[in-house]
Amino acid sequence: METSAAASVQPSPRETLDSVVIRFAGDSGDGMQLTGSQFTTATADAGNDLATFPDFPAEIRAPAGTTYGVSGYQIHFAAHNVLTPGDAPDVLVAMNPAALKVNDEALKPGGLVVINTGAFTANNLKKAGYETNPLEDGSLDKFRVLALDISKMTLAAVQELGLGSKEANRCKNMWTLGLMYWLFGRERDQTIEWLNRKFAKRPKIAEANIAALNAGHIYGENAELPHGINAYEVPAADLTPGEYRNINGNEATAWGLVTGARLAGLEMMYGSYPITPASNLLHHLARLKHFGVTTFQAEDEIAAVAAAVGASFGGAIGVTGTSGPGVALKSETIGLAIAAELPLVIVDVQRGGPSTGLPTKTEQSDLLQAVWGRNGDAPLAVLAAATPGDCFYMAIEAVRIAIKYMTPVILLTDGYVANSSEPWPLPDLDSLTPFPVKHHDNPEGFHPFLRNDETLARVWAIPGTPGTEHRIGGLEKDRNTGHISYDPHNHHLMTLARQQKIAGIARNAPIAEVDQGDPEGDLLIVGWGSTYGAISQAVRVLRARGNSVSHLHLRNIWPLPEGLRQVLHSFKSVLVPELNNGQLVKLLRAEMDVDPESLTRVTGQPFLIGGLIDAVSERLRNGS
Amino acid sequence: MSPNPPKKEYDRKDFASDQEVRWCPGCGDYAILAAVQRTLPSLGCSPENTVFISGIGCSSRFPYYMNTYGFHTIHGRAPAIASGLKLANPNLDVWVITGDGDGLSIGGNHLLHVLRRNVDLQIMLFNNQIYGLTKGQYSPTSQVGKVTPSSPLGSIDQPVVPARFALGAGATFVARAYDTSKKLPDALTAAKQHKGASFIEILQNCPVFNDGVFEMITDRKTGPAHQLWLEHGKPLRFGPNGEKGLRLDPQTLSLDIVTIGEGGVTEDEIVVHDETNASLAWMLTDLPDVVALGVLYRHPGPVYNEAAVAQRKMAEERFGDPDLHALLRQGHTWTVS
Repeated sequence: METSAAASVQPSPRETLDSVVIRFAGDSGDGMQLTGSQFTTATADAGNDLATFPDFPAEIRAPAGTTYGVSGYQIHFAAHNVLTPGDAPDVLVAMNPAALKVNDEALKPGGLVVINTGAFTANNLKKAGYETNPLEDGSLDKFRVLALDISKMTLAAVQELGLGSKEANRCKNMWTLGLMYWLFGRERDQTIEWLNRKFAKRPKIAEANIAALNAGHIYGENAELPHGINAYEVPAADLTPGEYRNINGNEATAWGLVTGARLAGLEMMYGSYPITPASNLLHHLARLKHFGVTTFQAEDEIAAVAAAVGASFGGAIGVTGTSGPGVALKSETIGLAIAAELPLVIVDVQRGGPSTGLPTKTEQSDLLQAVWGRNGDAPLAVLAAATPGDCFYMAIEAVRIAIKYMTPVILLTDGYVANSSEPWPLPDLDSLTPFPVKHHDNPEGFHPFLRNDETLARVWAIPGTPGTEHRIGGLEKDRNTGHISYDPHNHHLMTLARQQKIAGIARNAPIAEVDQGDPEGDLLIVGWGSTYGAISQAVRVLRARGNSVSHLHLRNIWPLPEGLRQVLHSFKSVLVPELNNGQLVKLLRAEMDVDPESLTRVTGQPFLIGGLIDAVSERLRNGS
Repeated sequence: MSPNPPKKEYDRKDFASDQEVRWCPGCGDYAILAAVQRTLPSLGCSPENTVFISGIGCSSRFPYYMNTYGFHTIHGRAPAIASGLKLANPNLDVWVITGDGDGLSIGGNHLLHVLRRNVDLQIMLFNNQIYGLTKGQYSPTSQVGKVTPSSPLGSIDQPVVPARFALGAGATFVARAYDTSKKLPDALTAAKQHKGASFIEILQNCPVFNDGVFEMITDRKTGPAHQLWLEHGKPLRFGPNGEKGLRLDPQTLSLDIVTIGEGGVTEDEIVVHDETNASLAWMLTDLPDVVALGVLYRHPGPVYNEAAVAQRKMAEERFGDPDLHALLRQGHTWTVS
């Protein structure tokens, strides 16, 4: 067996690294996402902390070999705490010329490029837009290059299984993975098990992929690597003990919604219309029907949220998920839920805008739409998840607030947090506080707009209950009877009641406090949503350099948390980095009597830690 | 005080709310409201288990006048809201109230999909061929040439035939009646008894903006010559003395109006109504000079909300009790010690 053979080889000394960023890149059909996720699992098993980020092409099946068909998967793993998928890769795996063309600029100078020369044909070079072969023209001199004919070696490895050339060629990602496993000292067992499971009905394909994986590994064991290229070791990180899994944001959101509904003791109705990058929320939830979940793939975005509102009227928790364009379409119906005061959760997995914008790229540009984007004075609660794992807790919180305050809640995530993954310490479910719902069923003195004195939430009486028959709707209601009212004074009071109800949520939410650093000082960096990791890492570096910098991260966007004003005013200046053209910064200026500086990046990509450090350092030097 | 013990039998007053009805004097909606309030008790419905969901428009005020649960929603979206409600609680008896503008213009998409899915609802579309609430613009069912404030030279829109739209969408029940008809309760009863989406077009007079548009059909004198009341298994006959009928022209696959006894036409040549025949229903949707009323089409099919419940049950049987602990651990996990 290969493992015993490998054990007999004297392991060469490995160079120890503290942290590594690898980007796997290839054609859409090269299986880079699978390769990356397998490497991730093996890396988690090796005890490193890690973060990943897939970068899919917008096209479903772009023509093979073109730059717009390149699919990438980046993983950052380390012997220490990791919060982002890393800035510049240390290692680039380029399965074809287009993958090299798209990614070589991102690679660190001196970085390692693993290249499949078998794909560097004249035709592929032309398709990628190369006039000369980069393997020969010296343009890769600033990198360490490991150029191998992976295609040919893969075919040799699987030859005796007698596969067709297409199927045999498909195994080259596993050959590459085997080599990468050897380079970084990862175990193959888990991937072998996975291949056997995945191809249980096609054992020959499983065998071929395993043969390729082993061949890549053996190549690493035996080959004399070029000067400057070693095998590496990244020691395990000092992670908090416990049980872990990898999780991405959409998965965590789906599971959080289900957990929230169960903590409330309610059935959940998820209405949705497919939209990138929110669609797999629907896919995840459609598989969880035995958890009391009904999924409804509606005819459009409006019907999706309307069905959720109908379900909430019926006593379930109505949820809808979408991205920015979908929120725009749902606005009127969200307004109806505000007027009728029904619970509703809207998950907005933000993407680049305006209009269709950049569907597969990330952005944080729906904040103002979420907070203000409706006709009339139409307040609701807005939350934002900071990390993939945080999506789980924020989804529960969205369900809790929606029910407790009888209001729509928008949960903002984004394409980055939705698709990137991190090791996640599994929550202790018993520590989560249930918030069971008892629908109102007392006809005595009933009208639908009876309010809870503390929360100002109206009663939730549902069809099927004798004695509490009532009519609600989008027309203004009399505050004392629930009947239609055009009374001017009543409308004023009802507008205030809706506003005060939402403002009051802050009394039941965490108080603002700095996440990292001192509670006062020179500079406070205020972030929100998925930029948590990059800001946090940047602030760690800046503080280590002796700067007076602190980080506060907002999860409750609306209402803003209590105590925020005081924290903001305890610093000489405030900087607000956002992946938009300056939205939270406007909200803070309007509400908090501060004038923060805005730091924006609207490239469809997350912040780079280095970029943040440089920008902040420059401001500190200039005395801002 | 405990809730009132459930009554065994309700009457029309139990279904009337305490709200003053505020449609224009002479509006056809009054007659429809009275018919519904009269019919529901006879069908064994209870106020607490009945829900009226409406969109926007004159007709959509309807829920406020029913002492049942009600939701006056937003323009065109009632079918989607009703679908969500029915999915959340399939035991409720859910009625959708819509109009020609609400259901066929702004909400046409939702009407299409609620019908093709066959969600178990009763959908009453009040067709007055005009926008009443916004003060008299032409609607998608207005006739070509209709002069209104937004069409001073006459509407150039080709009208949609509601029953034809419903059949095209895959409706399993299509009926037609008019506001003041004594047979409206029969249509409502048939709709209620049908499992799946029941579509009832109700021709409704708007005395302010489109008065008399259906007069030829609904007038006591002229009506009999223009009303064809359908009965399953009975010949398609109409006229003051039932002397007229519909005969199939096999060359053109269309229905001709003939007079029995004239030109050698016998009763045997008159087409017999078959509610399950979609082709016949299609021909009946838009006849020249006569309007088919009653049940045009009734052909039960799989019901969406029942299929949703069945899938839930299937998932429960296949995957067992919901276990969040196991859910979070599906796939690969590892322990850091």
